[in-house]
Amino acid sequence: MDAVIPAADPARPVLEAPDIARVLTRIAHEIVERAKGAGDVVLLGIPTRGVFLAHRLAAKLEEITGARTPVGSLDITMYRDDLRLRPARALARTEIPGEGIDGKLVVLVDDVLFSGRTIRAALDALNDIGRPRAVQLAVLVDRGHRELPIRADYVGKNLPTSLRETVKVQLTEEDGRDSVLLGVRAAAPADGQ
Amino acid sequence: MKRHLISAADLSRDDAVLILDTAEEMARVADRPIKKLPTLRGRTVVNLFFEDSTRTRISFEAAAKRLSADVINFSAKGSSVSKGESLKDTALTLEAMGADAVVIRHHDSGAPHRLATSGWIGGSVVNAGDGTHEHPTQALLDAFTMRRRLVGPDAGIGRDLAGRRITIVGDILHSRVARSNVHLLNTLGAEVTLVAPPTLVPIGVETWPCEVSYDLDAVLPKSDAVMMLRVQRERMNAAFFPTEREYARRYGLDGDRMARMPEDAIVMHPGPMNRGMEITAEVADSDRCTAVEQVANGVSTRMAVLYLLLGGSEPAVAPQNNARTEENK
Repeated sequence: MDAVIPAADPARPVLEAPDIARVLTRIAHEIVERAKGAGDVVLLGIPTRGVFLAHRLAAKLEEITGARTPVGSLDITMYRDDLRLRPARALARTEIPGEGIDGKLVVLVDDVLFSGRTIRAALDALNDIGRPRAVQLAVLVDRGHRELPIRADYVGKNLPTSLRETVKVQLTEEDGRDSVLLGVRAAAPADGQ
Repeated sequence: MKRHLISAADLSRDDAVLILDTAEEMARVADRPIKKLPTLRGRTVVNLFFEDSTRTRISFEAAAKRLSADVINFSAKGSSVSKGESLKDTALTLEAMGADAVVIRHHDSGAPHRLATSGWIGGSVVNAGDGTHEHPTQALLDAFTMRRRLVGPDAGIGRDLAGRRITIVGDILHSRVARSNVHLLNTLGAEVTLVAPPTLVPIGVETWPCEVSYDLDAVLPKSDAVMMLRVQRERMNAAFFPTEREYARRYGLDGDRMARMPEDAIVMHPGPMNRGMEITAEVADSDRCTAVEQVANGVSTRMAVLYLLLGGSEPAVAPQNNARTEENK
C-alpha cells in the first residue's frame, strides 16, 4: 500500500481482485452472523456497480447458508437531491425480487460510501416500494466526508481520503477487471456522488 | 434532446431510443403500490387544449402527476379564449404563472411551433397534436408498443426497430399520427408502408421516407405491425370515398385479413376506434390488438418525455457512443 506512485499513472490500486473477493466473503459472513442465518435478507444493489456487488454477495451467502438469497437492484436517479444541477439523466433498472421487501431485512449494497446522499435517496425510494423490517447498508469502500447522518453496517475497507482524491471501483462485469483505485482529481472537486 | 418536442423529426435515433428506454423504466413504476415519483416536485405543467381530447389530455395529466408535477388544465372552452383572447396573450398569462412546460393541442398546424419560437414563454413546449401536422408523443408510444411486442420489454432496451415492417392504413391525408409515425419509425430504422385510397394520400407523399400502396391485401403478409387509423368522420365532408361500406370492404381490417398477417404481427389503433368501419369487433377484441396497451404505454411514454425535458437543469443529452448503435444501423 505504500507503493511508490508512478508519475505517469497517478491512480494507485488500494484493493486488487483477491482483496475484493476476501472482503466480500467477510461481509457475507457478517451479514449471516448479524441476521442470524440471513433467512429474511433481501440484497438490493444500487446501479451500476452496487448491483454486481449485490449479486456476488448473494452467491457468497448461498455458499454459506445453502439457501438462495433474493437479490435485486434499486435505481435512485429520480430521488436524487441534485437533479437540477445537471442535465436530466438516463435511468437505470429497478428490479425488486418477486418476494417483495415488506417485513424483510433489506441490505443496500453500493461500491463507495461518500457524502451519503445516494443512500438518503435510496431510503426514500425504498419508502415508495414497501416497508422492510429493517434496512442495512453494505459498501465496498467507505471514503469518509459524510454530509448526512448515515453510516454503513458492513464496510469492505475504510479508506481515509482527502476531497482532492478520487476513488474508483472497477469490477469485472463492467470494467473487465477487479480493483479499487485511489487517484488525485485534476480539476476543482465537483459535488459528491 | 432539444428543449421542445414539436415534431418527431426533431428526435435523433439516440434521443428516441433514450425516450423508449426511459419509458420502459417508467412502466415498471405502474406495477408498484405507490405509483408516484418525487422527481418533478415544484415543477408546473400546463395542459393547454384548444381542441377536444380525452385520452391525450388525461394521459399527460396522469404522467405529470405521477412525477409529482403540479398540473394546470386549460381548455379553450369556458376560458378567455372563447372571449377572443389570442394565443400570445394566453401564452403570456401562462408564463406569468411560471409554467415549466406547456403541453399544447391546437386545431391549427404550427401553433406549437409558434409558441416555442416566439419567445413568449421560457418553458418547454410539447406538441400534443396540432391540426393535420404532427402528434409526436403518439408516435413515441406507438414505437414503444411495437418495441415491447416485437423485440421484448427487456431485450428491447437500447435497441431500435431496425428492419421491422410497419404498415399504416387509412386516412393519411388528415392524420398527424401518421406523419409523426413515418418520421419516427424511419429514424428508428423501420420500413414504413402507407395504405389508403388515392384520395386520402397527401400531395407530396413521395418526399416522405416511406412506400405507398393502394392494395391492403398485398401488403398484409409482409407486415410486422399494422396500424389502423380512425376514419375521421368530422373531416369526411369532401366525399373522399363513395360509401363507408366500400371503405370498410377495401381498407377495413377483419378476421380474414388478420389471419393473413404473419403469426407474431400486431394490430395497432391510436383510438378512438370506429368498430365496423376501419376495424371489426373481432379484430379489436383479439389479443393481437394493442389498442388498450397503447393507452397504458402512453402514460409511461409521456412520463419519460416530461422527465427527460424537465428532470434536470436542461434536457437530457442522449449518449452519443451507444455501444449498440453500430449493430443496429
